[in-house]
Amino acid sequence: MGNRFPLFPVEASTVAPSVDHLLFYLLGVSIFFTVLIFSAIFYFAIKYRRRSETELPPEIHGSTKLEIAWSIIPFGLAMVMFAWGAKVYFEIERPPDDALDVYVVAKQWMWKLQHKEGQREINELHIPLGRAVKLTMTSLDVIHSFYVPDFRTKQDVLPGRYTTTWFKPTRVGKYHLFCAEYCGTKHSGMIGWVYVMEPQDYQAWLSGGAGGGSLAENGQKLFQELACDNCHHMDGHGRCPSLQGVYGSKVLLTNGQTVVADDAYVRESILQPNAKVVSGYQSIMPTFQGLVTEEGVLQLIEYIKSLKTQPGAAPAAAPARGGVQPPAGGAAAQR
Amino acid sequence: MITAALEEREHYLNASYGLKSWLLTKDHKRIALLYLGTITLFFALGGLFATMIRIELLTPQPDLVSSETYNKLFTMHGVIMVFLFLVPSIPATLGNFFLPIMIGAKDLAFPKLNLLSWYLLVAGGLCTLGAMFAGGVDTGWTFYTPYSSTYSNTYVIATALGIFIAGFSSILTGLNFIVTVHRMRAPGMTWFRLPLFVWSNYATSLIMVLGTPVLAVTILLVGCERLFHIGIFDPALGGDPVLFQHMFWFYSHPAVYIMVLPGMGVVSELVATFSRKRVFGYGFVAFSSVAIAVLGFLVWGHHLFVSGQSVYAGMVFSFLSYFVAVPSAIKVFNWTATLYKGSISYDTPMLYAFGFIGLFTMGGLTGLFLAALGIDVHVTDTYFVVAHFHYIMVGGTLMAYLGGMHYWWPKMTGRMYPEGWAKLSALVVFLGFNLTFFPQFVLGYLGMPRRYHVYPPEFQVLHVMSTAGASVLAVGYLMPLVYFLWSLRYGKLAPANPWGATGLEWQTSSPPPTHNFEEPPVVTHEAYDFAALLEEAQVG
Amino acid sequence: MASANPLALREQFDTAAQQKDASVLAMWIFLVTEIMFFGGLFLAYTAYRSFYPEVFGAASRTLSATIGAVNTAVLLTSSYTMVLAVRAAQKGSRKALIWFLILTMIFGTVFLGVKAYEWHEKFVEHHVPGPSFHLEGEPLQGQAQLFFSLYFAMTGLHALHMVVGMGIMTVMTWRAWLGRFNADYYTPIDVAGLYWHFVDVIWIFLFPLLYLIDRHVPK
Repeated sequence: MGNRFPLFPVEASTVAPSVDHLLFYLLGVSIFFTVLIFSAIFYFAIKYRRRSETELPPEIHGSTKLEIAWSIIPFGLAMVMFAWGAKVYFEIERPPDDALDVYVVAKQWMWKLQHKEGQREINELHIPLGRAVKLTMTSLDVIHSFYVPDFRTKQDVLPGRYTTTWFKPTRVGKYHLFCAEYCGTKHSGMIGWVYVMEPQDYQAWLSGGAGGGSLAENGQKLFQELACDNCHHMDGHGRCPSLQGVYGSKVLLTNGQTVVADDAYVRESILQPNAKVVSGYQSIMPTFQGLVTEEGVLQLIEYIKSLKTQPGAAPAAAPARGGVQPPAGGAAAQR
Repeated sequence: MITAALEEREHYLNASYGLKSWLLTKDHKRIALLYLGTITLFFALGGLFATMIRIELLTPQPDLVSSETYNKLFTMHGVIMVFLFLVPSIPATLGNFFLPIMIGAKDLAFPKLNLLSWYLLVAGGLCTLGAMFAGGVDTGWTFYTPYSSTYSNTYVIATALGIFIAGFSSILTGLNFIVTVHRMRAPGMTWFRLPLFVWSNYATSLIMVLGTPVLAVTILLVGCERLFHIGIFDPALGGDPVLFQHMFWFYSHPAVYIMVLPGMGVVSELVATFSRKRVFGYGFVAFSSVAIAVLGFLVWGHHLFVSGQSVYAGMVFSFLSYFVAVPSAIKVFNWTATLYKGSISYDTPMLYAFGFIGLFTMGGLTGLFLAALGIDVHVTDTYFVVAHFHYIMVGGTLMAYLGGMHYWWPKMTGRMYPEGWAKLSALVVFLGFNLTFFPQFVLGYLGMPRRYHVYPPEFQVLHVMSTAGASVLAVGYLMPLVYFLWSLRYGKLAPANPWGATGLEWQTSSPPPTHNFEEPPVVTHEAYDFAALLEEAQVG
Repeated sequence: MASANPLALREQFDTAAQQKDASVLAMWIFLVTEIMFFGGLFLAYTAYRSFYPEVFGAASRTLSATIGAVNTAVLLTSSYTMVLAVRAAQKGSRKALIWFLILTMIFGTVFLGVKAYEWHEKFVEHHVPGPSFHLEGEPLQGQAQLFFSLYFAMTGLHALHMVVGMGIMTVMTWRAWLGRFNADYYTPIDVAGLYWHFVDVIWIFLFPLLYLIDRHVPK
């Protein structure tokens, strides 16, 4: 970009100013103490320089008052750092509910990103200005880390698990995307750009050259291709639980525990179906490990998610004998 | 004439001759010199790799080496500098030489074990170097799984084996030091008369003994995973790659204190001697070492703030990390306060001590940035971290090591180094260091990730500054190497106590006899009792 | 290790008491390092057992609690004979010392023999982690394999310590045979005993964690 010799990164997300303000506080404290120590050393070294080889300075053993003072004061300042840092951390870690979902699959050495609407990108991410974006990420191989310095966000991307991060861009522009966790030979080549666009430009970009349908539509196609619908009947009379309205609800398991059917649970249920079986059902589902890619899993998740809100679909009636509870209100029907 | 007089008196260097008398020695002083030679070689090698890294980073695009080679370079730089240089540096050389003398003992409690420790370091080093010559390793010194356990095609096992073996060297040294401090003190040498260098080495030994075995078993599991695919760190089998990070940092964060605590001990000695004053708040400085050793075991999770560990775990580890700041601050303030109303001389070791206090302060303060959760998310795994730990490890430990080497060189060799050159080298090291690593803080906050072979062009100016600083630093390190060697033959003969220092090591001759003292010492004074020293000098 | 005259004080020490104190303290510190070493494995075990409690239970049920219990008894007995050996050394009874050391080694050998039999069984049953691993009736093979990986790592490391212990006991027996110990000097026996008991204690933790975790649930 324009600046050939930047000394400070631009602030391009809502959390960036929060992080920078905390930085300024820390810089202030640090500069104060650095100057204090350096000048004390210089001053003492000159004032009390040795004037004769036989001189003996007065004996000073210490001062408990001073020790307490220079323990308590730094500790107090440090506790401010801790509390402030934790507050900013919560801001960074907690995505707002209305965030736009983007799915990220990392592999040596590229970023593959899928938008809900179906657009796929490699090493590039287009997002609208002023809209929170939540990334759900997984890796196909080693640990990577999704890092956009100008947004001040970073999150490791782990194999076999979902991690999330979010940001709300505040400036139109083009920003570096780096992999920040060393991932092998071409680690420094695993970079890309995040494009923040005016909302109307973003809409135009979305509608241009999408093709192939939305993520949920692809998920539905995959659902049929893999013959999931042979067992998972929407009316709940199949050999497997209905998936209608499952996403986000509490699920009762055979071992008596309940789990929330989130991204991680759905993913596990596809790849290791027998790990957490829904109460009232047999563990007859085969594993789809190796049959469906991580991107495919994400499409299936998006499809299952859509089953909750899809208009015209069968109402989320209480399943005949399942342990699936609707998120709220419907729970009574279960018992 | 004078040389002849020196030759006449028997001391540990001329007590026996020949290679065998060195390779089978049980004398802690000779073993310290064996370590000194060994780790100097490792330092030179690690420095060579650092030089190649810095030259490569002069331009944003690859020119000197390929990405594959670059990754091996920074891995070997880290592995050699951390496990084969910094961890043994001060304890195994200066500690080995002076800890027994300072407490008035004839030797460490287990001299043969001490020699074995050196052989283990050599064996571990050879194993690691063997892996390097066979083709190298590219996992980074942190060996993060599953890259190290499954994906890397380099010599991970051989390198890990080398670290495993070197780890036992560290464990046995720690064990030897602890037993020695507990059981070998001279009559009258109570715990609160111990020089602070002994306290800090004792605290270091505690970490070596408690932490290193965890590293050993972690490395063992990585090796098993690579050889037999047992699944411990493999998500495909239900394993958790992040478990490795927890186990690794359980050792490797305390290991940071293994590296810096002995340096703090050296600086305590230097500040006292060259201010001619007892260290301000002796008890607080002594206990702060132990506090750092203990607290150091509770903060490993601050390396995992963006690894996907829970938000609450992050908060706990951030909170605990700030507790370590307190004993570190206590030390800095007490050293500075020791100068107050002192009799300060500017001999080379003191210049290094000044440098240490300044750079450690900066390194420590930037550690507060990394412990602050909100900032760490942005700067972790960037050059900010790289700059921070080099301020501690190079600005701190290495400055202290060089300061200690100058301070005790007359005692170890019986020769004085050339003071003028030495002062110049201290200045060059300080300036070169800051020019190398200060720009990296700026780079880090700008978002330059660590371990990048190629980088965006806008970062180039700062990288060029850093490389320029590194070349100054290299000159600063070469100078002592040259004039120390020169002094062995041409240096002025050293008196028993050239600095007017307290401490038992200055009461025996330079160099000391094989069993350290002509007659067993009895301690009647507090540590750093300069009044008594001057009195004795006048009476004597 | 064996100096010409074992009673002779090594030159770095001032008194025999100092030398003995140093040796015993060193062994205790060494045992602390050993605890940290095994601690890493216990941590991994704890993490994965809490992730996959049911799989670990199922995998644990394939081990024979009876064989494990017998082996525990054998090892405890060996610790008892070790105590008797130290007692014999204290009393300066050379013959008893040698016999108790030999008995300790015999029990140690029995333990290792039983362990070897158990491992062999695992090979036959395809319970060894690797490509041919299979645990019957367990849908989560990977996680089951994790249990056995930890089983082999922990029992293997323990057995390695047993083998080292046997080596130490052999040297001790030989030195006792040469008459190197008496009522005033038996520190090596004392220290070797500490080590032997430590290895025993590790097993006391391994046995319930590996063999007994899911016995109370009738299935």
